[in-house]
Amino acid sequence: MQTGPTGKLMRREVVKTLLADRGGMLAIGGLGAPAWDITAAGDTPLNLPLWGGMGAAAVMGLGLAQAQPERRVLVVTGDGEMLMGIGSLATIAVKRPGNLAIVVLDNEHYGETGMQETATRHGVDLVGMARAAGIADSRLVRTAEELLALHQAIRAGGLIFAVIKIDEAPQPLVLPPREASILQARMREAIMGPEAHLQ
Amino acid sequence: MSDAAADWPDQIYALFKEHGIRQVALVPDAGHSRLIKRCLADNDIKVTTLTTEEEGIGLIFGGWLGGEKGVLLMQSSGVGNCINMLSVPIAHRTPCPMIVTMRGDYGEFNPFQIPMGNATQTVLEAMGTLVKRAETPEDVAPTVNATLRLAFNTYRPTATLISQRVIGAKTFGK
Repeated sequence: MQTGPTGKLMRREVVKTLLADRGGMLAIGGLGAPAWDITAAGDTPLNLPLWGGMGAAAVMGLGLAQAQPERRVLVVTGDGEMLMGIGSLATIAVKRPGNLAIVVLDNEHYGETGMQETATRHGVDLVGMARAAGIADSRLVRTAEELLALHQAIRAGGLIFAVIKIDEAPQPLVLPPREASILQARMREAIMGPEAHLQ
Repeated sequence: MSDAAADWPDQIYALFKEHGIRQVALVPDAGHSRLIKRCLADNDIKVTTLTTEEEGIGLIFGGWLGGEKGVLLMQSSGVGNCINMLSVPIAHRTPCPMIVTMRGDYGEFNPFQIPMGNATQTVLEAMGTLVKRAETPEDVAPTVNATLRLAFNTYRPTATLISQRVIGAKTFGK
C-alpha cells in the first residue's frame, strides 16, 4: 500500500480499503475531507457525507446504529471534527452499540481552513481518550497490516474506535451532492425502500 | 379526568407512544425527571443521556436516517448549546422535536439562568425552529402534540417551551 511523503498512509486509499466489499454497510463522512474521501470511494445512497454539523458525526452514527441494529454503521471523520465532539465518546461508550465503528483520519491538522495544527499534533491521544471512556476496542493504525486488520474487525462487528495516522497532503476535491435533503432521503430509501417517504 | 397539574409528564409520555417515538435524547432537567423515568422504564424507547445538548440534534438525525423517530429533552440553558447544530435538521429536512423546560423566565432565583432563559424562544426562532409555549399544565399535552405533529408532518426542528409557571421555580431554600 502506498504511503505519502511523511511515510504515513494515504487517506483516499485508506477509505477505499475500509469501504471495499461493504455490503449494506452505512457510512457517515464527517464534514470536510472525510466527506470527500467517502465520495471518492464511490458515491452511493449508503453514504451520508456531511456538509456541516461539526462535532456530531460520531453521535449521528450512534443514532443510526441504534435505529438499524442489524446493519453495520461506519463513521469516517477527521481529528478536528472528533475533538469538537469528544464528549460524545462518553455517550457512545455508555450505549455500547455493537454495530458502530468510528474511524478518525488523523492528519493532525485542520485541513479545510489552512492546515492549522490540531491538538493531536501536540500529543493529545484520541485512542487513549476513547479507551478511557470505555470503548475497549480502541486502536491506533499506522501500517497497511494494521489497516487490513481494522477492515476485518469492522466486518466482524463490535463497537470499534480507530485512529488512523494519515499523510497530511491534501487530495483533489471530490464533492458529493450538496442538497442535504436528497442525501438524507436517499439513505432512508436505501434502508427502508419507498416506504421511507411515507413514514 | 386526569389532574393535569400533576400528570402532564405522563401525558407527554402517552404522546410519545401515540407518535411512535423510539429514541429519546436528553440532558437531565428536574422538570423532566418524571418523564425521563417513564421513558427509562419502557423497553421500546432507547434513552440516550448526552454530555451536551447539541449531541441530541445529531443523534435524532442519525435515528431518522435509520427510520426511528426521536425527541430531545432539555432545559432552556441547553438550547444555547444547540444553535449551530440546528443547521443539520434544517438542511436535511429532519423532523427534530424538542421539549424544553424553562429556567430564567418566571420567578427565577439564579442570575445565570436569566440570559439564556430570556433568549430561548428568540434564538430558536432565529434558527428556523417552530416554537410553541405551554404556560399552564393544561397547555402542555396539546402543545407537545402540536410540536410532534409539526416536526413529523413538516420535516423541521420544532420546540415546546414549558414555562416555569408549570414546573415551579427552584428556590434553593429561600
